[in-house]
Amino acid sequence: MNVFDYVSQQLVNAVSLGSLYALIAVGLSLVFGILNLINFAHGDMMMVGAFAALLLQSAGVPFPVALLGGIVFGGLAGFVMERTAFRPVRGAPDVTMLLTSLGVTYILENLGILLFSASPRNFPLPAWLGHVYKLAGGRITFTNINVLTLVFSVVAFLFLYWFVTRTAVGLGMRATAEDLIAARLVGVRVNLVIVVAFVLASAFAGLAGMLWAAQVGVAYPLMGFTPMLKSFVAAIIGGFGTIEGALLGGYVLGALEIAIVAFLPPSVSPYRDAIVFGLLIVLLLFRPGGITNVRREVKL
Amino acid sequence: MRPGRLVLFAAGMVAVGLAAPHIGEYPMRVLLVMGIEIIMVVSMALSNGFTGVFSLGHVGFIGLGAYAAAILTLPVTAKHAYLRDLPGFLSHVSLGFLPATLVAGALCVLVAFLVGLPLMRLSGHYVTVATLGLLVIVNVVLVNADAFTRGSRTFTGVLPYTTIWWVLGWLAVTWLVSSRIAYSPFGRAMRVSREDLVAAEAVGIDILPTRLTAFVVSAFFSGVAGALYAHYLTSFSPHAFYFPLMIQLLVMLVVGGMSSLTGASVGVVVVTILSEVLRNLERGFHLGALHVPPLYGASQVTLGVIFILIMVFRPQGLLGDFELVLVPRSRRSRLAGTTPEETEVQA
Amino acid sequence: MPEMLALQDLSVNYGPVAALKGIDLSLQEGEAVALLGANGAGKSTTLRTVSGIVRPRQGSVRYRGKDIGRLDPGVIVGLGVAHCPEGRRVFAGMTVLENLKLGASRRGDEAGVRQDIGRMEELFPVLGERRQQRAGTLSGGEQQMLAIARALMSSPRLLLLDEPSLGLAPLLVETIFETLAELKRAGVTLLLVEQNARVALELVDRALVLRTGNVVASGSSAELKRDPQVVEAYLGGGR
Repeated sequence: MNVFDYVSQQLVNAVSLGSLYALIAVGLSLVFGILNLINFAHGDMMMVGAFAALLLQSAGVPFPVALLGGIVFGGLAGFVMERTAFRPVRGAPDVTMLLTSLGVTYILENLGILLFSASPRNFPLPAWLGHVYKLAGGRITFTNINVLTLVFSVVAFLFLYWFVTRTAVGLGMRATAEDLIAARLVGVRVNLVIVVAFVLASAFAGLAGMLWAAQVGVAYPLMGFTPMLKSFVAAIIGGFGTIEGALLGGYVLGALEIAIVAFLPPSVSPYRDAIVFGLLIVLLLFRPGGITNVRREVKL
Repeated sequence: MRPGRLVLFAAGMVAVGLAAPHIGEYPMRVLLVMGIEIIMVVSMALSNGFTGVFSLGHVGFIGLGAYAAAILTLPVTAKHAYLRDLPGFLSHVSLGFLPATLVAGALCVLVAFLVGLPLMRLSGHYVTVATLGLLVIVNVVLVNADAFTRGSRTFTGVLPYTTIWWVLGWLAVTWLVSSRIAYSPFGRAMRVSREDLVAAEAVGIDILPTRLTAFVVSAFFSGVAGALYAHYLTSFSPHAFYFPLMIQLLVMLVVGGMSSLTGASVGVVVVTILSEVLRNLERGFHLGALHVPPLYGASQVTLGVIFILIMVFRPQGLLGDFELVLVPRSRRSRLAGTTPEETEVQA
Repeated sequence: MPEMLALQDLSVNYGPVAALKGIDLSLQEGEAVALLGANGAGKSTTLRTVSGIVRPRQGSVRYRGKDIGRLDPGVIVGLGVAHCPEGRRVFAGMTVLENLKLGASRRGDEAGVRQDIGRMEELFPVLGERRQQRAGTLSGGEQQMLAIARALMSSPRLLLLDEPSLGLAPLLVETIFETLAELKRAGVTLLLVEQNARVALELVDRALVLRTGNVVASGSSAELKRDPQVVEAYLGGGR
């Protein structure tokens, strides 16, 4: 296999992985941008989406509908989460909110283990998703799952772009993220904005959960934990709190992770996650605003 | 030190130590773990509660301490048996419990210092997230440094050195040192820097050394706790020192009150008792005519719910800022001007 | 007919600090009133209390007879009160057009909103030119115009303005205040906070002078312009 083919294959992998990170990261950024909250329970929305799709399919629901179901249930879970856990602590110091999110993830993960047991379950997929495409005489391969991932990510981000530029709530969301007080002063319905942000974020995470489960073939209650942490790093890389930052950071991290494994000596690969988090610390020290250099002023 | 109160405490601990072997095997183990966890949570309180720097990384130090101490105390024969790739001197050396624990603590101090130097400069979210990164990095290193740790496989054969007396002893040291620090002028500086960064800097309190010291000291005791824990468990893997433990300790910290050393201790006791009770209920119970079937895992969910309720209704924890203090009254009156919430308990 | 705005014995605290200590103020429809005073006098606090960002500790805030002291800022906007805040606070990352649309957050009539956007662009032609530009790239004066326009987008009957002249060159200040005079002529009630007392008194009918949370002087602008103490403190040289 020549260099070009190898790199192209890695590019394919990077895009696939990056799309997932971007989908998860954008939810984290949306919520953080508005509430200054790092939601550790965000990863569990992946579990919700994946298991919803899994259970629906077990009940005989066709895959496309199950996919939709996962998105819907993800959004619903986000709504419930906001109402029951985060609204009551709104306005509390950031530490309290962070701890609350840790509490929520604790509950959700243990609930998941209680209901589904901790062991991985097969994620059912229709046969056509496994179809393999071969380019360059078989040296570059990808499956319909990769195609699905990319397509859905693109659609999701286009939808999001439309939403935040063309709808009143979307505009309100951007305004609130920028300047909460000014947003209230012009009459933005901040409560609604927050709910919608959670619903969108969780729906995206639910989608990512299903795509992730499709890629790795299994789903289990703790599946969202590490991806969430990684997506968090992705969001910081791009610039935490903005949609563009999440998008950019997601693909950059995807590329970075693939590159570490593909281009560095094999002895380094197991330390991939340590490198990623080391990068996080370096970023926080020297460029907390990420690539897009987001600056968050606290306006009183 | 005020003799009366101190003697009372010492007597109490001795009494616990003497009574422990007689209360039954299982209760004693619970007591032991509780003691170790108090050390862990008090360290976290020292760092988190007093400086406003919320660190999620302490479990990383616990893990480091655990592995370091275990590797050091492992008999040479065992090392040759399954830790064959240990470098040079380590594979021929086997230390006693105390020296190993101290070395483990020292290692944590070193790491905390090196890591803390850049990190303590950050503020708010950033430092919390950075310490989270630290936890992940430690975990990855533990999982991959096969030669030292056997990677993700179980590290076993650790000598069961931990007894109730070791736990009580280290607990006493932790309490004494932590409360000395927390109630010294230095500690007052820490509390002020927690309350109001700008005000602190305005009166010339140097934030960085303050935070760093708290971080480093708490790392030491976390490492010690790790060593104790390792020699209690006698076999473990890196996963034992990762997020599940972190969240468990956080729950304890929050329940008791993260700005108070007493609170931290109380939190551990309350949560432990609650967990035991709930775990018993997990097996199913009868309430009159109602039969509740076994629901394994429900105890954790319940604990999580309690945690959230505390966040919503009483984020300062059960004890808030209340402290049961070991520092004598005369010294405390020299600290006039400390926060009004500190109430002295009349013995 | 109820007054446009009536503040009675209004006290507001920020934590332990008393920012307003029982002030009284009333505005009739169509009036223009200024709040003068040094920094920290409580002028901005007064506006923030009216617009609902801050809650009163004591006393009442009545808008057209209705007690609005405990209402959500968004609801208050819907009732016809718009607050153009200190420092402009335009949404820098969003376009001029988006800023204007946001000003109409509480309105339901799309057609009316579009019409009003057109009107704003007539009032401030530079906004029309920079429609798609990000508000953060506008100059200080342009941002002030945008902030006022954004506030006007809610079709307010009462307009609260906090330091519109802040940081602007004298020529721009004149332009802005000419626009405000036009608004006054069009029937909008104005409550203006200004440190630049001279320019404020040219515009308004009456003014109150605040100092550390109390009203220390009040009267028509003509009276205040003659009052030696006011002249000394706020209209004297060294500007």
